[in-house]
Formats: sequence, structure tokens, C-alpha cells
Amino acid sequence: MMALSKKMLEQEPGEIEMLLPWHAAGTLNARDARRVEEALARDPELARQYAVIREEYAETIGLNETLGAPSARAMQKLFAAIDAEPARKPSALSSLSTRISGFFDKLSPRTLAWSASLGALVLVLQAGVIGAVLMRNQASTFQTASLSMNEPMTRTLSGHVAPPRVLVRFVPDAKISDINALLDSYQASIVDAKGGMFRLQFGDKAMSKDQVSSLISKLQGEKIVNLAVATP
Amino acid sequence: MQVLYGRHHVRVFRFGLRLVRDEQIAEDLISEVFLDVWRQAGKFEGRSAVSTWLLAITRFKALSALRRRKDAELEDEAANAIEDTSDDPEVAVTKKDTGEALRKCLTGLSAEHREIVDLVYYHEKSVEEVAEIVGIPENTVKTRLFYARKKLAELLKAAGVERGWP
Repeated sequence: MMALSKKMLEQEPGEIEMLLPWHAAGTLNARDARRVEEALARDPELARQYAVIREEYAETIGLNETLGAPSARAMQKLFAAIDAEPARKPSALSSLSTRISGFFDKLSPRTLAWSASLGALVLVLQAGVIGAVLMRNQASTFQTASLSMNEPMTRTLSGHVAPPRVLVRFVPDAKISDINALLDSYQASIVDAKGGMFRLQFGDKAMSKDQVSSLISKLQGEKIVNLAVATP
Repeated sequence: MQVLYGRHHVRVFRFGLRLVRDEQIAEDLISEVFLDVWRQAGKFEGRSAVSTWLLAITRFKALSALRRRKDAELEDEAANAIEDTSDDPEVAVTKKDTGEALRKCLTGLSAEHREIVDLVYYHEKSVEEVAEIVGIPENTVKTRLFYARKKLAELLKAAGVERGWP
């Protein structure tokens, strides 16, 4: 009886244990996040399970990112259906937009801080790019779009091979200056961002699978990086 | 509507696709979801995030689409989805690519387990939001994800991948 109870207890997940996936995704409230952090610090077994969860988290994102996007057909079908709808009072939609605005007002300070930080970062990057383009183009008056015979003519079987891209999530307390330093040291640029995840592009040349793997491992070792996963 | 569609259609599509496993049906789903949003805009009460509302509608429509198909057909499809293309999990493991095996096994989970894993990890939904989307109590959300992860570990173990948990 005693043994049976013990077995049952062992099979029942603990409260903190069940919260680990949300901790990995960064969606716990501050109080629960602190409880999980404390439990992870004192329980190596839990910490091992958390490492497994982070792996699942990264691969789930990777898997979903490979699913692609819907074709234009879906959008055409939607707007054709909307056009065919009977005329309606404008109040309903304006009410939706008011509520959506209200939703943005209710965003957590962390999300808002991230959005604001990203906006600032994009502005700085954009200014840098514009400056670089202006500096580079200053000397020449015009340039034709003709083929340069000084460069070797090559082609690959798969056509243009793009530089690697990685989805990166930074730790919540990462500073903009740290992110900038990381982007500089990796010669990376931000392609887009959504829901706290940043799609970074590294350099301007394609890399082999091994190179990409070691790049991701290196990124995961960075203090300010919470998650790094390959993405198309 | 264009802004709303532009902002959310990819994630809605991916969530639907993971449930119905058919691109054509998933594309039809997103048209239906956003048309419903257009029709029911007045009913959105702003108590939850727009994405949570959209995912709840998508889930309802996906389950309705699935119900229209025969169970046997679904079982065949689920099996094919695990076995199709490239390597099976075992081959992937011999290549020491645990990540690839993990993705295969994530695809092999039941629809109930897939949706909860996706909602928490990919769509970054909190316990409360998942409860709202799936329509189950918050404690059930936590235990369901725990058992989904356990099932995932079993699938990986069967494919020869030991990760030290459970």
C-alpha cells in the first residue's frame, strides 16, 4: 500500500514542474516566474527537466516556422466574401478597432518595453544603413546595371543561396547596448521581429549546415540570448 | 480588416494547419475565421488578446472541419504524417540529430496534444489564455501539457532517443 502510494505520488507532476513550459516560453507572471527560478536553483532534477523543455520549445518553434504561409488565394477568397456581405453599420468595425487599441493599452510593461526598444533599435539601424549607403555612393556619379566582367560568373544548382537566419529571443533584462554589441560582433542584422522573437541574418554569405549549427551553439552560449533556433 | 489579417494570418494558418494537416483546408479555414471576425466584430469584448480570440475561432473551425472527415481517413493520415518524407526518427537519431527526431515526434502527437504544445510554445499563450482557447479549466491545461510532454518522451524513447526525462 505504502509502495503504491509512493508510486502514485511519483507519477503525479508537481505544481512547479507543470509550470516549467510556461517559464521556458516567458509567459508566467512575475510571482510564478520567481517561484520557478528558486525551485530550479535548488533542484537539479527539475533543472534537467527544464533543459529538456527548452529543447522541446526550440524545436516546436522551428517546426512551426517551416510550415510556411497561406497563398494569396485565401486572402482573395476572404475579401471576395466580405464584398458579397450585405452592407453593415460602420459602428461594429469602429468598435473593434477601439477594442484592439484598448488591447494594446493593456499590454504588459515588458511587452511594451520590448516593442519600444525594438522601434528604437530599428531606427538606429535604419539610420546606420542610410548613412552607410550615402557614404558609399558619394564618390560615384552614376553606375550602370551592366554585368561586371571582373567578377567570376558562377551559379549554384539551387540558385541564389541566402545567408543563414536564426530566430533569437533575448533575456528579458537584455539592454539595447548589449544587443547592439552582439549584432556587431556577429555581423548580424534584424530582419523582422514578432512576439519577442527576432529573426537575425548573419553576414552576407551562405554557410554550411555545420557552420550554422556551431553559430547557433555559440549564440546559445551568449548571456543575453534565451533561445536561438534556425529558421528559413 | 487588412491590418488585422496582415498581422495574424500566418499564425492562424499555421495553428490550423497543425490541427487539420491539410494546406487546402487550412487556407479555407483562415478565410472562414477572418470572415467570422468581420461578421462578429461587435461581439469582441476586448477582455482577451485579439490573437487569443482568433485562435479560439480557428480551433473551433478546425475541429468542425475534422469532424466532417471520416475517422478512419484521419487515422491513415496521422500514420502517413509520421512516416512521410525523408528519414524516420530512428534514422534521424543515427545521424545524432535529436532535433530532427523531436520534430518528427511532435508531428506524431495526437491533435489534442499538438494543439496544447503549439499554443504554449509557439503561440506563447499563458495558462489562462490556453484555457480560454481550448475551453478547459486551467489545471487541466497544465496536466494536459504535462502528459503531452510525457507522450513525446515515449515517442522519442521508441525512436531510440533518451533525454533523461521522465
